Amino acid sequence: MRADNPASHAAFAKAAEYIDRKPLVSNRRSLSWITDHVCRIVEQPAPLWWWIATVCFGAVAALTPAMLTYLVATGVGVWGLNVPVCWAWDITNFVFWIGIGHAGTLISAILFLTRQKWRTSINRSAEAMTIFAVICAGIFPAFHVGRIWFAWFLFPIPNANAIWQNFRSPLLWDVFAVSTYFTVSLIFWYLGLIPDLASLRDRATTRLRQMIYGILAMGWRGSNRQWTHYEKAYLILAGISTPLVLSVHSVVSFDFATSIVPGWHTTIFPPYFVAGAIFGGFAMVLTLLIPFRELYGLHDLVTDKHIDNMCKITLLTGSLVGYAYSMEFFIAWYSGNPYEIYAFMNRAFGPYWWAYWAMITCNVIAPQLFWFKYCRQNPWVVLALVMFPNTGMWFERFVIIVTSIHRDFLPSSWGYFSPTWVDITLFIGTIGLFVFLFLLFVRFLPMITIFEVKNVTPEADPHHHGEHDSQGHASHPAPAKAHA
Amino acid sequence: MSQNESNLHGLGAEFPSAASLMHAAEKVRDSGFRKWDVYSPFPIHGMDAAMGFKRSRVSLFSLLGGITGLTTAFALIYYTSALNYPLIVQGKPYFALEPSMPIFFELTVLLTAFGTIIGLLLLTLMPRLHHPVFNWDRFKRVSDDGFFLVLEAADPRFEKGASRRFLEELGGTHITEIYQDPDPFPHPARPETQGHA
Repeated sequence: MRADNPASHAAFAKAAEYIDRKPLVSNRRSLSWITDHVCRIVEQPAPLWWWIATVCFGAVAALTPAMLTYLVATGVGVWGLNVPVCWAWDITNFVFWIGIGHAGTLISAILFLTRQKWRTSINRSAEAMTIFAVICAGIFPAFHVGRIWFAWFLFPIPNANAIWQNFRSPLLWDVFAVSTYFTVSLIFWYLGLIPDLASLRDRATTRLRQMIYGILAMGWRGSNRQWTHYEKAYLILAGISTPLVLSVHSVVSFDFATSIVPGWHTTIFPPYFVAGAIFGGFAMVLTLLIPFRELYGLHDLVTDKHIDNMCKITLLTGSLVGYAYSMEFFIAWYSGNPYEIYAFMNRAFGPYWWAYWAMITCNVIAPQLFWFKYCRQNPWVVLALVMFPNTGMWFERFVIIVTSIHRDFLPSSWGYFSPTWVDITLFIGTIGLFVFLFLLFVRFLPMITIFEVKNVTPEADPHHHGEHDSQGHASHPAPAKAHA
Repeated sequence: MSQNESNLHGLGAEFPSAASLMHAAEKVRDSGFRKWDVYSPFPIHGMDAAMGFKRSRVSLFSLLGGITGLTTAFALIYYTSALNYPLIVQGKPYFALEPSMPIFFELTVLLTAFGTIIGLLLLTLMPRLHHPVFNWDRFKRVSDDGFFLVLEAADPRFEKGASRRFLEELGGTHITEIYQDPDPFPHPARPETQGHA
């Protein structure tokens, strides 16, 4: 039921005063203001800071192909890993990057299904972040195989050896999980982009721009005969992305959990990895969004409320991760298994104690400051605080991977892993690549989902379907004559 | 743009808001028009009912994709691990459901996504880079803040004068005749005689 008569209008207006939810778009911006403000970023000449940042991060990104070339030309020995630590920075970086991607899918899919409307201003950039993070992640296991020219053995393609892949191995599950995740994320992202690409096409002032955005928009014309299928397709993709995102990090955790290594062989791994991924991912979303919101003046679209909400999710998932850390210890003690107990004592008080306590400080203690409203409201405090999870989540993966295997069952083969300069430079290179790709994204594509933000403005409000929102109050009275 | 009568695509009208567009759509639906459409910068909730649409059939394509994915995953694993080259690894059975689950799931999701996209493109007839409505200069605002309704000439109920009055009654403004581009390569055997309803 739409409330079109004036009496119920007044009642709703009064009720709204008491409820007083902050609007998702501040300062009652109009539809064309939203289009203009987002498209302008792409259309106007790039500001000086963009050129400086892009050149700097592009230079850092170039370290990635440089190090990979060196690695392939010389051999995997240039990395510091060796028996007993055969998985080290490469797998740490892989899990770190793939985890970061998870916040993007959480925002775009899970918050969509749960009808969290505040997702609309942040989902586009978070999804872009997902795609770039998965690109960075994919580099490491691909080169970790050692002989990269045989990487196609990972896929079920008939080959001269006539042997197929081992489908009972979690490493192969990982290949399928990560490649599916990347493909589906890309499709989902592109689907969301289509109506906004049409906005850029319609505003284009040059022929070239019109053609490029026109081809990318595939002839979108905002017709309701298109919207009806579009919305259904979007809903289905959100529906399948939700279990997908939960499955990806679960499968990543199976790489460890299905082994018999003490410290890895735990059933808590899948949910613990997923919580950690969302935690690290939201921290990265905040890290990227706060500066770009300042630089492009997007305060009315990415409001303080958005940042506040994301801080709360960071606090929640950070606490979940803290719970998982303590539960691991409890189970190790409760199992009565001396190897299991030793693995965890070694983790906290062994030679890698510094990594363990860095992880605890960054992931468990630092986010607790988000209980205070002041810390969630001041964007610069938020930016400073999310650097802790960004660092801490890297340490978490390092702790899990390296401390569990550096002392294996035979003390004669115990070792201590130290990274080489190639390990370090390659990781820095992927950070550069990630930021570089994100800078290109904000320059050439609308970084905020224009059409979805319009949908949460009061202009779109009188059209709430009964099934969505029983109180669908109208802020603009419908034309009196039109009411049947 | 040719003003030739046979090239008339339809009559377009602009509406001030999503609300007025939806009310107009309800009336057009009730008047029995079949070939018409509304255009808006964002999906308007309730518009499907206002236009008399049934559920979108994209989900059917998704289901087909999902079934194909699951079948492919099963066939792939069973054929490679149990039929073509059975190999004992760690004493595990050649084929079992448990270790197959992750790949069953991933391929089901992957092909559901492909099915959904294929379904969307087929049902919306995309990509179609050109369309007569793009010939209307006001139409550029459809991706900004414009709300439009177009009655197409191909509809048997369409009659230029009456349809124009109908759009005026509904509250439409800037009512414009929209023309198709003339066919640049007309078929020599079929002179352009048909087309006028």
